[in-house]
Amino acid sequence: MSETLKLTVDRQDRLAVIYTEGYINNQGGEEIARAADELIGAGHKALVLNLHGTKLVNSIGISILIEIIEKMLEIDGTLAFCCLTPTIEKTFHIMGLAQYARIFKDLDEAVGALTD
Amino acid sequence: MASDAILREVSLVLPMVPDMEIAAGKTATALAEFMEMSSDKIDEVRMAVVEACINSFEHSHAADHKVHLNFAVLGSEEPEKLEITIRDSGVGFSPDDVEEPRIEEKLWAARKRGWGLKIIRGLMDEVEIHSGRNGTTVVMRKLR
Repeated sequence: MSETLKLTVDRQDRLAVIYTEGYINNQGGEEIARAADELIGAGHKALVLNLHGTKLVNSIGISILIEIIEKMLEIDGTLAFCCLTPTIEKTFHIMGLAQYARIFKDLDEAVGALTD
Repeated sequence: MASDAILREVSLVLPMVPDMEIAAGKTATALAEFMEMSSDKIDEVRMAVVEACINSFEHSHAADHKVHLNFAVLGSEEPEKLEITIRDSGVGFSPDDVEEPRIEEKLWAARKRGWGLKIIRGLMDEVEIHSGRNGTTVVMRKLR
């Protein structure tokens, strides 16, 4: 049984969007972290993780996302999430991620807020 | 029929290999759907089961490398709650000694993991942990 996460990246000036499709476990989290590192290295200071295609995450995968939050805080950037299932959003609140990353209902709302 | 009678029951034994927690999550989903739980509650149960399995996979050090799961739909005439029991024969731990993770302490810490129990407690209605030298049993319940 193997669940592979697919990623798509959309670069827009200062902001970049990472679209995920599939289970965010440890391998999935690491793939997202690699993509985020590359975007941060290229100068993107606002990242949106669009989780529309992700219905399941686990705590190991989310722990890796905390590393991305750290990196964004270090460069005074912003990490945002959008299109979360209610359970993933609830989990992020349980863990306190919402204190350090922004959560938006959809991509338009996220892009609007981060490009103002 | 007495309250908390078992209306439907499924047992699974899973090997502790990566992604096997998904099979446990699918079984939980099937039973929660049978109970006609809301989709949000079904997702919460699935995620809690995934976390409980991962905890067992990662920390139990069970010699048989297996996790035993029992899913029971409980109720009188209609399904009222889903009770999920996850058991391993590992080394056990002391739940009282597990410090609750806090995001402000995890940021910039070398170890960012350790969220499983907090997530399970946040998503389920009732959680019991029994652990000792012969292993760990987690019992969690979700009301319909």
